[in-house]
Amino acid sequence: MRAIEAENLKKRFGSVEALKGITFHVKRGEVFGYLGMNGAGKTTTVRILTGIVKPDSGCARVMGFDVSEDTLRAKEVIGVLPEVSNAYPDLTAWQNVMFTAELYGMSKREAEKRAEELLREFGIYDRRNSRVRGFSKGMKQRLMFCMALISDPEVIFLDEPTSGLDVLSARMIREKVLELAKSGKTIFLTSHNMNEVNLLCDRVAIINRGKIVVIDTPGNIRARVGGSVALEIRFDRAVELPAEFRSKKVGDKYVVYTTDVHEAFCSVADFARGAGVKVLEVNTRSPTLEDAFLSVLGVVN
Amino acid sequence: MYYTKGPVVIFGVLLPLFLFLAFCIGRNLSSEFLIAGLVSITVFFSSTSVSPAVAPWEGQMRTLERIISCPVDVKTIILGDVLASMAFGFIISIAPLLIGVGIKTFPTNVPVLLGGMAISAFCFSSLGSLISAYPSNLPSTIMMISSLVRFPLVFLSGIFIPVFKLPLWGKALAYASPLTYFTDIARYSYGLKPALPLHVDFAVLILYSILFFALAVKLHEKAILVRIF
Ligand SMILES: Nc1ncnc2c1ncn2[C@@H]1O[C@H](COP(=O)(O)OP(=O)(O)O)[C@@H](O)[C@H]1O
Ligand SMILES: [Mg+2]
Repeated sequence: MRAIEAENLKKRFGSVEALKGITFHVKRGEVFGYLGMNGAGKTTTVRILTGIVKPDSGCARVMGFDVSEDTLRAKEVIGVLPEVSNAYPDLTAWQNVMFTAELYGMSKREAEKRAEELLREFGIYDRRNSRVRGFSKGMKQRLMFCMALISDPEVIFLDEPTSGLDVLSARMIREKVLELAKSGKTIFLTSHNMNEVNLLCDRVAIINRGKIVVIDTPGNIRARVGGSVALEIRFDRAVELPAEFRSKKVGDKYVVYTTDVHEAFCSVADFARGAGVKVLEVNTRSPTLEDAFLSVLGVVN
Repeated sequence: MYYTKGPVVIFGVLLPLFLFLAFCIGRNLSSEFLIAGLVSITVFFSSTSVSPAVAPWEGQMRTLERIISCPVDVKTIILGDVLASMAFGFIISIAPLLIGVGIKTFPTNVPVLLGGMAISAFCFSSLGSLISAYPSNLPSTIMMISSLVRFPLVFLSGIFIPVFKLPLWGKALAYASPLTYFTDIARYSYGLKPALPLHVDFAVLILYSILFFALAVKLHEKAILVRIF
């Protein structure tokens, strides 16, 4: 059974076409990454899938429930960590979690047991009786994660869960994602951090300006850059590499993607001699997901 | 959704009191008339104080998206806001009753008075919630709109000037205001002659409650999109 199904979702805000027909499926137990730059449409997708925003057309199902028609049922099986959202600053951590549990219709006994477990796991149990007002950003986000998990949901939506967090909180959240994945939960994770989706996700969709460009495993997406090797070269001055190199400029370096290191290396050397530039540095490495990301977005010439 | 914040207290409790004192000073009015008027004005101001503030606060504090992600619909959320505001209005309005007791002015019909207070508190809270459906996250904007609605209603609802003394256009407006009907109930409860039959007052208040509440839910569903952006 599929945990999430999105069929041709479209959404427009005034003159902005935020989603231009999004289709994808997420299997049960999968960690699905949703990668895109700011404004690509990630949050809009999450809001549609979590029943907060109605799509203009297309439909979406979560655990078989249509999010537009069976909204409450769909919401019952999901947990959401919105991108920009807060707990009530004047309530304590404990009260916030319990309030959320109430909204999910949980019994008090069950809620208390689960709240204690979660707050302990996320290292905020000792601060459970402090008001959220005084919490650091990382602590707030961990608390929001507790609130998202309180109902023990089957499908969990995390909208840029680690962006702007301290290293420790970010790591804690990533570890928790892996743990949840191990226990069979389905996770939909948006991010603009390649490293993060590479580490956590079974499959990744790359979205650009409201359209999905590619859906595949992180490994396959990496391989898409063409070559299996990236050649990093630094010259003594800025140059214009000919188009026959599959290359891009990163800072003061040029990255050339190739399957044949020898061939590429010799061509670069020929080019350097011909253009009268000096090679200062050469490195080889395997292409990263970031290379792939930029490549599928057409940044590589 | 249980907060009482600075502006709420000022607008809800102190303002009606000052308004009312300014009105009574130097006039020779019966204590029944005064207390009935004070009760009306307090119920009105206190119950329209909390509900307009909730939605923009939730939007501004960004707690709204968290809540609407949970399996509750907008109707339930609005109902929660309205009930909280209604409870606030009802409890605050006990104060003028006690003042009445203090100056030996007792209501002649307690059940009607309390029933009237409850239904009007709900009605006015819904009105407040309806006002706050204006899609802005600035509490000050909503407060301003709500003042623009509330003050004219107070002057038009027979609290200061009995409705029958108003010119024709004033009467028309007065009968469009839900507060008129509660003022009438309050008068009746303090043994004064009401302008309308009691069941008409109640019926109109109930109709207005349903209307305001339904409209509030409809408009809030739209406004949420703007609030979470
Ligand atoms: N509620 C809204 N009202 C108007 N425009 C919106 C709204 N939500 C998103 N947008 C616009 O839709 C586009 C996609 O936004 P979003 O889904 O938030 O992107 P991302 O989360 O990938 O950064 C952006 O251009 C944004 O300005
Ligand atoms: Mg976003």
